[in-house]
Amino acid sequence: MRRYILRRFLQGLVLLVLVATIVFFLGRLTGNPADLMLPEDALEEDRVALIETLGLDGPLHKQFGIFLANALRGDLGDSIRHREPAVDVFFSRLPNTLKIVPGTMALALILAIPLGILSALYRGRMIDRVSGAIGVLGIATPNFWLGILLIYVFSVQLGWLPSARMGGPQHYILPTITLGTFLVAGFMRLIRSSMLEVLDSEFVKLARIKGLSETIVVWKHCLRNALIPVLSLWGVLMGGLVTGAIVTETVFAWPGIGRLTYEAVIFRDYPLLQAVIIMDAVLIVIINLVVDILYAYVDPRIRLAE
Amino acid sequence: MKNLPWTSLFIIITMLFMAVFAPVISPHSPIDQTLADKLIPPVWEEGGNAKYLLGTDVFGRDVLSRLFYGARVSMIVSALTLLVGGGVGLVIGIVSGYVGGRLDNLLMRIVDAALAFPAILFALLLAVTMGQGLRTIVIAISLLLWARFARVVRGEVLAVKQRDFVSLARVHGCSPVRIMVTHILPNVMNTFMVLLTLYVGVVIVAEASLSFLGAGIPPPTPSWGLMVAEGRGKVASAWWISLIPGIAITLVVLAFNLFGDWLRDRLDPKLRQL
Repeated sequence: MRRYILRRFLQGLVLLVLVATIVFFLGRLTGNPADLMLPEDALEEDRVALIETLGLDGPLHKQFGIFLANALRGDLGDSIRHREPAVDVFFSRLPNTLKIVPGTMALALILAIPLGILSALYRGRMIDRVSGAIGVLGIATPNFWLGILLIYVFSVQLGWLPSARMGGPQHYILPTITLGTFLVAGFMRLIRSSMLEVLDSEFVKLARIKGLSETIVVWKHCLRNALIPVLSLWGVLMGGLVTGAIVTETVFAWPGIGRLTYEAVIFRDYPLLQAVIIMDAVLIVIINLVVDILYAYVDPRIRLAE
Repeated sequence: MKNLPWTSLFIIITMLFMAVFAPVISPHSPIDQTLADKLIPPVWEEGGNAKYLLGTDVFGRDVLSRLFYGARVSMIVSALTLLVGGGVGLVIGIVSGYVGGRLDNLLMRIVDAALAFPAILFALLLAVTMGQGLRTIVIAISLLLWARFARVVRGEVLAVKQRDFVSLARVHGCSPVRIMVTHILPNVMNTFMVLLTLYVGVVIVAEASLSFLGAGIPPPTPSWGLMVAEGRGKVASAWWISLIPGIAITLVVLAFNLFGDWLRDRLDPKLRQL
């Protein structure tokens, strides 16, 4: 188990180094990064000073060394627009994203698990067809457009819910649905197919032959095994979640890190974008590590294979 | 052809038709602004004008014409990205699976890393450093695709590699490159075709999302994502600017996904998990 965690940890580290390297080289793809790091009206003195502190006139490997050393100290440069350290801006916005993402995830699972199980149990019947249709639609609808559609229906036409910004509980409803739809669809399809596979397996047949009640077979024997693949595909969903958060927060003017990412792009705030990407990578690595440990915990095959 | 998904095919063909014949069928220029005619609602709404069937946007541009040209952008981006990203993934998948050993290990670690990190972030970074444009968007979305293609193709190759004709070719003295091209490649083509179809939808949504975020096709070129973004501030007074292109995206993505599902069930049912 310890070796497994160590290996996963090292993999995360490799990912971080890769991300940092790509970010570093992309910044140098188009001339001197000082021009990307400073506002357009920056003075020549400031430019020279920045070039000196970052060693931008030195050889590339030295620049990379300075970049990594600064990054490890938590210094990823100053945001052009906010005129303060980019990492600080990131952390000031993070709580707002954390107010919405975990709740959405939980809600998606609460909806997707029973729907996925029911459509596997009643394969080809009404409930399977309906949830299948919801799943296909949920995946095909781009969530930036879904957000606008929801605003049009519930804020503009019906006037029931606020269309933007943070506030009371009613402010959470539309962003949660927008972000959650594709998660529900994705999880549901995944749970359905892995549940179908488990229902067809030898140990379930044995449990039935033993005369166990259908409730015990489904809830005790099938569910635990069917949920394992969901954890293993977590990483793939993570990408969708980050994209979803950027788009959803942009549509609803929600001041989290997704919206911050959008602002960094729109205002061409390169240091901020660079910081957001690296910090996102750190968060992703941490979350993936936690999921991997959970995965090993629920599935002894992983733990014992090492 | 039994159970052909006619509705999906109809939508796909309509879209291709719109994309190819956009200059012929568009009633107006998709770019020229006619400020006197701005914010006219679609013809069935009150105040609509038969001159503009789907209404006009903030700059008085015809939404229908922009929709036609937008289909063209989506198709060009899809074709190029699937060619580049899918092609790279195909080659890496074949080499990784066939050569195996250390190279396979290394390549698959890189694939894992690429899958663990959201490609959209690099796409946004590219847009800021390289500037917006078709080239940036093709590179950005290819970054999203290649790893997914590589992983699935590699899995197929591992199975094909075990077959007798591959061993025979080797005994016969064929070079590895020749075996990969003439024996392995044709046998993973079905899988590759299914992947291409299933990922058209992903590419269209990715392009629309990037354009929506201001990191895709630069204005004034009409892209469906950009059209949604441009109408975003006006949903209260002019819903059609945003909602119509969104309907187009959803329908087309839905059609490609359903068609891809059908193709997969026919050609390669093993891929069901995808």
